Order: sequence, then structure tokens, then C-alpha cells
Amino acid sequence: MVAVYAPPTVLPLHPVHAILLAFPFPLFLGALAGDLAYWGTFQIQWANFSSWLIAGGLLGGGVAMIWALIELLRFRTSRALVYFAVLLVMWGTGLVNVLVHARDAWAIMPASLYLSSVAALLALVAAWVGYSGIRYGETV
Amino acid sequence: MMRRFLLLAACAALLAGCGEEPAPLQYGADPDLPDQQRGLLPDMRIALPAAWGDDLPTVPQGYTITPIATGLAVPRQTLVLPNGDILVAEGSGGGAPTLRPKDLIANYIKGLGKTDVGGGNRLTLLRDADGDGTYEMRGIFADGLNAPYGLAFLDGSIYVANQDALVRFAYSEGQTEASGPPEKVTDLPSAINHHWTKAMTVSADGRFLFVGIGSNSNITERGMDAEVDRAMIWQIDARTGAHKPYATGLRNPTALAIQPGTGQLFAVVNERDEIGPNLVPDYLTSVREGGFYGWPYSYWGQNVDSRAQPQDAAKVTSAIRPDYSLGSHVAALGLAFSRPEMGSEFADGVFIGEHGSWNRTPPVGYKVVFVPFADGRPAGDPVDFATGFLTGDGKARGRPVGVTVDPRGALIVADDMANTVWRITASGAASAASQ
Repeated sequence: MVAVYAPPTVLPLHPVHAILLAFPFPLFLGALAGDLAYWGTFQIQWANFSSWLIAGGLLGGGVAMIWALIELLRFRTSRALVYFAVLLVMWGTGLVNVLVHARDAWAIMPASLYLSSVAALLALVAAWVGYSGIRYGETV
Repeated sequence: MMRRFLLLAACAALLAGCGEEPAPLQYGADPDLPDQQRGLLPDMRIALPAAWGDDLPTVPQGYTITPIATGLAVPRQTLVLPNGDILVAEGSGGGAPTLRPKDLIANYIKGLGKTDVGGGNRLTLLRDADGDGTYEMRGIFADGLNAPYGLAFLDGSIYVANQDALVRFAYSEGQTEASGPPEKVTDLPSAINHHWTKAMTVSADGRFLFVGIGSNSNITERGMDAEVDRAMIWQIDARTGAHKPYATGLRNPTALAIQPGTGQLFAVVNERDEIGPNLVPDYLTSVREGGFYGWPYSYWGQNVDSRAQPQDAAKVTSAIRPDYSLGSHVAALGLAFSRPEMGSEFADGVFIGEHGSWNRTPPVGYKVVFVPFADGRPAGDPVDFATGFLTGDGKARGRPVGVTVDPRGALIVADDMANTVWRITASGAASAASQ
């Protein structure tokens, strides 16, 4: 009798979940680029771009975060916990960031630069963890 | 003795009303200016609309207030014509585009504190033919205007400052309806029109019209490029339409008036928001030709506002301190010099219509005040002249805008929330007592 062994299969995220998770990193990174451009040029339109990009990241990221919470409650894996926790902190940072961006003109500086950097970094980590898979399939 | 007791009682009531956070003393030439502050969420405190019912605004003892026209379509400023007829400019301008998510939310919240009625874009004429104080005749003098605000009578013409152009109607005394469409004197800066009102008055020599043009933002958040030809008062040749900036750095000069006797131009100006409940005071000032009054780089002289970038140190140095602080966020929108006919207590000074705050707790403004003058300058704290627009539970029954002194001895107050024009007169007993 031969013992059959296979490592657990990591299941991919549901496609809709994956699409939602695709929002925060590029949008928050774009917001950081917009903030840097405003910082360098005083051209207010860059800061306006940042505001909308952050709002978009919060929208997609927010639904992904709720989805992550549901998966955490269902599967209770440590990966699911890390994934949800990172999304939660990312979303909170993004929320503070969008409120800072609601200040007028140069009043967003320098907080916007720091917050956009942290939010983009957390979005990258969330995407990395999420796309690495948060739940395991049956072992064969 | 009795008077002193009443004064003490009034002080006690005032202190009790102030709660744990007393407002700084912000009246007069040297207001307290606290440090700038801004939390994550701006403090928005909208007074929701309420009806007057059978109530009326409160006026000083010996004065009477009556609504002389109701059901108007957003009355803003009024003009008393030589024959005593009153013209009322009705309209709502603006429509600056939404640039940020914030604008969507803030515009919705601010809208809660405004009338549902659409702006009339017209001039209504009110007539009291028999002089009994009841304006029994009412008609539309002109229609199809574009958010008219500033009004002036000069050399047999009625000048109207629309939100995008200065126009002129030929007028002969007693006329109740314009004989045709107006003639354009000059275009006025109207791109974006974040602050759209175009206040207006006539120079003492009758050659020029002064027109107030507000900034295109709170504090340059629509970009410096949007502020070309904004936050200034234009001097316009009434005949040719030729114009030049008369004074600059005035964030939103919402009402202009010429001081009788001296011919000096005065303005009330609405200052910037979002750096605290007690910054920056709205003000009354005499306006110097060629003067720069700070916006956007600084306020109340040399207090730098770093939100405006790039900064301009030379401009900050040159900024003139205004004459007289009215308090932060009161939103002064009306200004008129008084006359002896208003009664001895209110003979020398200016009346100021305060539309009221939307971003301060507790709310301020929502009244008409009188600033006494001595030797041609503001002297002393403002005195309440018409109050009660804000109810005890923080709802707004009305919001004063333009104020005009009728030479017969009446203050005309436009109210753009109650859509009413109020008339305040000294009752017979009071004028007898004051003599």
C-alpha cells in the first residue's frame, strides 16, 4: 500500500472578491503619486485626483474587507485573519487620508504624503496576502 | 440704578449662555485671534428651516417690524428709488463644479439650511403709494436676469449687477415695469463663480460704480489660476463700462456702501473658513484705493495662512488690517449707513445684515446689527437691531441679507430664507421719546 501525500491546495479568491481586492493598491499608489505631484508643483488638480483615487480605493477595498471578514468567520484560518487585519488597518488609514484630503489647498500637507504612503504599502501587503490564498482545499 | 441692575442681569444671562467655551472678544479694531485649528472633520452646524407662524423678528423697544412682501423668490438686496418704490433683487447664483468628494457632501449639508424656492432671477417692485407703510402694489419690474444682486440708481438709470454682467435699465420716475431688456455695461468675472454675489454701490461723485467680486474658493482650493480677477472690488465707469481693480485681497466683499459726507467707500467682507470657530473674523472696513487686504496669503494684516501656496511675503507685508471685526462666521451680507430719521440712538452708524454661520457651534449671526460710528469711524460694539431669526432650539426662521435705509426713516431687510422683505420703523411713541 502506497501512502499518497499531497500538500494542501490553496484555493484562489472568488473572482469578484479578487476584482474588488484589485482596487486599493493601484488607486492608493496613484493617490500617492498625485500627492507628490501637488507637493512638487502646487497644482491643485493633482490633489483633487488623489481625493477621488482614495475614495475609489476605499469603495472597492471596503467591500473586499467585508468579504474578508465573512471568509474569516467561515474558515477561521490564520491567513484569513492576517488578510482581514491588514485590510482593516489599510481601510482605516485610507479613511483618515480621505478626510485629510478634504482640507483645503495646502492644508493637506504634509499629512497626505505620509498617509498615502502607508495606505499604499498596506494595500500592497493586503493584495499579496489575499492573492496568496486565504483558504485551503481538501487534501487528496 | 434700575439700568445698572438690568445690565448685570443681561451679563449673567450672557455668561450662562456661553457655556464652557466662551467665545473670544472679536468686535472692533483689535479682535482676539486664536491659533489656527482644524480637526479631521470640519464643524458643520446647519440651522434647519422653521416657519415664523405669528411671530416676528425682535426689534428694539419703540420700533416696529412688518413684512412688506412675502412669498418672494430668494430676495437678496433692495434699492429704494427716489419716489419711495422698493426694488428687490431675487436670485440664486453659483453652480461651481464639484471638484472633490468633499464638495458632494458639503453641498448637500449646506443645502439643508437654504430655502427650497428657486431663485427668481428678477426684480420685484414694491410700492406704498399712500405712505401708510403698507406696500399695497407689487409687480415684476424685470425678469430673465442672471442671479441679480447689487442694485444702484444713477442718472435716471437702474444698474443691476448680475452674477456675470453689469446691466442698465432706463428708468423714468414712477415706472413699474422696465420698458425693455437691459443694456450691458460690462461683463463681470463669472468663471466658476464659487462666490457669485456681485455687490454694488455708486461713488459719491456719481461717475463710478463699485462692484464687489468674491474669491473663487475658500482658500485657493480651486487653484491660484481660478483667482484671477477675484477677491477684489472693481471701479467701473458707469458710462463706458471701463473698469479697474480698486482694492484687492478682499475675500468676499458682499456689500458696499458710501459714507455720507465723506464719500468714503466701505465694505463688509466675509473671511475664510476651516481654521477654527473663531477664525477668521468677518469685517467692516473703509476701502483704500489700491489697498490689498490679505486674501489669500494672510488675514487681519500679517497673520499668514499657509494653506495658500506658493506664499508671497511681499504681499503679506503690504496687507492692510481691516477697520472693524464683526466676529467670525457671522456672514455679513448687508451694509447701509443710517440717517437721523432712524431715531437718535441709531442715527450715526451702519446697519449690517448677518446671514448667519453654518460651520460654528453655537451658531452666530442670524440678525441685523447696528455698528455705532463716532467721528466717521466705527466706535463701540455692535448693537442688536433685529433678532429672533434663530429659534431657541437652533432652527432658522429667516436669514437676513441686504439692508437698505429708506430716507423716510425705515430699514428694509431682505430675508432669503423666509423669502420676505421686512421693514423696521421707529413707532410714533419712540420718535417722540427720542426727541
